[in-house]
Amino acid sequence: MNTTTDNSGDVRLTQIGKRYGAFTAVHPLDLTVPQGSFFALLGASGCGKTTTLRMIAGLEEPSQGTVHLGDQDVTHLPPYKRPVNTVFQSYALFPHLDIFENVAFGLRRRGIKSVKKQVEEMLDLVQLGEQARKKPHQLSGGQQQRVAVARALINHPKVLLLDEPLGALDLKLRRQMQLELKRIQTEVGITFVHVTHDQEEAMTMADTVAVMNAGRVEQLGSPADLYENPRTTFVANFLGTSNFIEADVDFKSGDEIVLNAGGGKLFLPTARCSAQAAAGGKVLVGVRPEKIALAHADDAGEIPEGRNRITGRIADSSFIGVSTQYVIDSPVCSGFEVYAQNVDRDPRLTPGAEVVLHWNPAHTFGLDATQAIDAGVESVEEDAA
Amino acid sequence: MPFVNWLKRRLVVIAGLITLGYLLLPNVVVTVFSFNKPKGRFNYEWQQFSTDAWKDPCGVAGMCGSLSLSLQIAVWATLGATVLGTMIAFALVRYRFRARGAVNSLIFLPMAMPEVVMAASLLTLFLNMGAQLGFWTILIAHIMFCLSFVVTAVKARVMSMDPRLEQAAQDLYAGPLQTFLRVTLPIAAPGIAAGALLAFALSFDDFIITNFNAGSTVTFPMFVWGSAQRGTPVQINVIGTAMFVVAVLFVLTSMAISNRRNKQKA
Repeated sequence: MNTTTDNSGDVRLTQIGKRYGAFTAVHPLDLTVPQGSFFALLGASGCGKTTTLRMIAGLEEPSQGTVHLGDQDVTHLPPYKRPVNTVFQSYALFPHLDIFENVAFGLRRRGIKSVKKQVEEMLDLVQLGEQARKKPHQLSGGQQQRVAVARALINHPKVLLLDEPLGALDLKLRRQMQLELKRIQTEVGITFVHVTHDQEEAMTMADTVAVMNAGRVEQLGSPADLYENPRTTFVANFLGTSNFIEADVDFKSGDEIVLNAGGGKLFLPTARCSAQAAAGGKVLVGVRPEKIALAHADDAGEIPEGRNRITGRIADSSFIGVSTQYVIDSPVCSGFEVYAQNVDRDPRLTPGAEVVLHWNPAHTFGLDATQAIDAGVESVEEDAA
Repeated sequence: MPFVNWLKRRLVVIAGLITLGYLLLPNVVVTVFSFNKPKGRFNYEWQQFSTDAWKDPCGVAGMCGSLSLSLQIAVWATLGATVLGTMIAFALVRYRFRARGAVNSLIFLPMAMPEVVMAASLLTLFLNMGAQLGFWTILIAHIMFCLSFVVTAVKARVMSMDPRLEQAAQDLYAGPLQTFLRVTLPIAAPGIAAGALLAFALSFDDFIITNFNAGSTVTFPMFVWGSAQRGTPVQINVIGTAMFVVAVLFVLTSMAISNRRNKQKA
């Protein structure tokens, strides 16, 4: 097995790009996936994430740049000479072979004669020992998915590539398989590169997520980092939900920026502002719905000092058990979303009520005001549909 | 009205049986008349039961020779048309090349053209080229018209094939040849087999094109046609029946095999 100093499972993409005629599917990008990590490429359909994956697999020839596995340059190697294996979208199991032969395929092609023991062990790992002699179409979607994983893993690839592997499964099964894949990855210690359009899936499974948009990597980081410190509105909207207020920069004081929004003052830590914030300029102030507390306008005096606050009126509220989701219209921003845990529910917080929204300034993030506020929003709705 | 109700419930079955009867009645007549002992030269009226013809199927001069020739031509034509047709089908589905659309429609021309026109123009071509009419001209003609049927059958299969299967094979260390032999070919096999069967049947019983381009060579359909002018030997019915039985046995065996396979799997 691999030792910790081994870097043969590193994937290094250097200035790799793909053009189809005049259309650029992937703009030249650099990416390093360290050995043994679970890496997710996240983005809406057509953002270039699958093309990037296929260039690592060798199924797509890059228009420029190089692909390295460890120290080996594999840019010009055909897929059957690369030590990587792929779990395809909709699995691509061979319909004319039974489960055993599907799993044994890679071993047999490499001239390994006695495959029985290995295949049986692998089938046991994915709990399909009983199904060895069935044809793929006789299995359920979840079972087929596990065959696809077994068929790839049995070859002990340096890197396992997963192309929307859970896309065809229903929600419950998908949750189960997410944990299952994560378990297998931890067990075998192979580098996983996972392509998905499901932000929750990427955040649940991956150590590092690269958010892609229109052929570019928008931001790269751990799930928590991406969620707490998005650097573009696309990332802020694609991963979860964000509220944005367009604010004028008043002045900078030490490690804090003081902003003006609709007559009120907002505070933003300088470290959490990714935009150039010069006095007199504009920034987009973002805050996640669950960071915001809601107080009835009558209790405004009880809100501690030093918190960001804005006023508004409840436009809509929906009770969903663990929390209540409010939509609040405010002079600075319409359709402000607030998620409140159902701990102590204030019965006065009903649609039409005047409220004060307040949150810790440390939960505020600042973005460049020149970008579209709703970038990445549509894609999220598309996923939910 | 119990009878009407009974009829209503079984209407589909009855209609099915009538259709089946309509399809099979000619075969039944062929079989029955293979046991006839006709007076005179024509086997069109039932006289009395006899197994004479079955005991001596090659008793008619030239008939078994023509039968063996037809079988040979059918085998070679099937082989040629299947190999060429399969390659054409793959090329048409997999590759984007200039005039692909034109080739796609032209390949169906032999299917659409009146056979007699094609037969006459082929003969003109062969005569102008100074070709000796006979086995080879028949074979060339047969491969030509079987081709479009094979292409149609294989194309349908290849089009419905997921290209990711071949990518998966490549991803699992199969080179181009291995990918073709282990994945592409087995998956396309049902389409290729259907095309081959169709080609065999078409070649074996073709009369019009063969008659034009055979010269002095006589195939089985030509023999039947020729003898029908002078008298129909019972042996023709014997061969017809035998062919029908072989075909039925073929279908039954393949059904039995696939049934057993499914049972083993389940």
